[in-house]
Amino acid sequence: MKWFWYASPQTFFPLAGTLARWCGAAAGVLALIGLYIGFFVAPTDAQQGEAYRIIFIHVPAAWMSMFLYVIMAFWAAIGLAFNTRLSAMMASAIAPTGALFTFIALWTGSLWGKPTWGTYWPWDARITTELILLFLYLGFLALQAAIDDPRRADRAGALLAIVGVVNVPIIYYSVQWWNTLHQGASVSLTRAPSMAMTMFAGMIVMALAFWMYSIAVAMVRVRCIIRERG
Amino acid sequence: MTEFFAMGGYAWYVWGSYGVTFLLISIEIVLLKNRSKKA
Repeated sequence: MKWFWYASPQTFFPLAGTLARWCGAAAGVLALIGLYIGFFVAPTDAQQGEAYRIIFIHVPAAWMSMFLYVIMAFWAAIGLAFNTRLSAMMASAIAPTGALFTFIALWTGSLWGKPTWGTYWPWDARITTELILLFLYLGFLALQAAIDDPRRADRAGALLAIVGVVNVPIIYYSVQWWNTLHQGASVSLTRAPSMAMTMFAGMIVMALAFWMYSIAVAMVRVRCIIRERG
Repeated sequence: MTEFFAMGGYAWYVWGSYGVTFLLISIEIVLLKNRSKKA
């Protein structure tokens, strides 16, 4: 791979188009498989009945909200450090989708909280820090939109993105650091998932679908930004 | 079929989650299509 060759917006443009097409198609197929497993293969939960089926979008969306923020901050930092145009464009291309998944995680979590906890919105550490993540994304977008010169907008946005990244580990560990209503992690790299295998499979396939969707959307958006900035 | 859509009494919560997710993703795709055309 000629990595530096693709660091230029003009040479990256066609590759982004190819990536968008393939990842978009993969996202559609994976989502169909994931939804099939989620609704027709995974059994009814013994405690939560059918309400638990929200998990197939809630957990993947929450994962994406954090992953995308870290990736956005990474590209923003590279752009700030090396003054590479494409890196800053990548950060801007990721932000709206990150905000979308953060909102979806909060919305589905709220609808899941009502039947299981008895409330739509507890000011619990996990939920509050995820809400802060949404404000960080919106702040990044608003800040960039408020500055006319794109290079200055990139630098200002990058600073906000980099400072805000400290919130991501706080979200992740919030369920251990504080007494939260939100449960701890059901899935970790060091032990077997604490749920039925089919439920786990449905969640992983949906997470892959969201990954592919995010890549596809970010690639289409970065192509728009490349053309808009000329 | 009715039973499937009833979701064991949790229809509002389950379909409210899936519906809004589907709607927002559709909106993002439409907005992006329009932006691509303009750019």
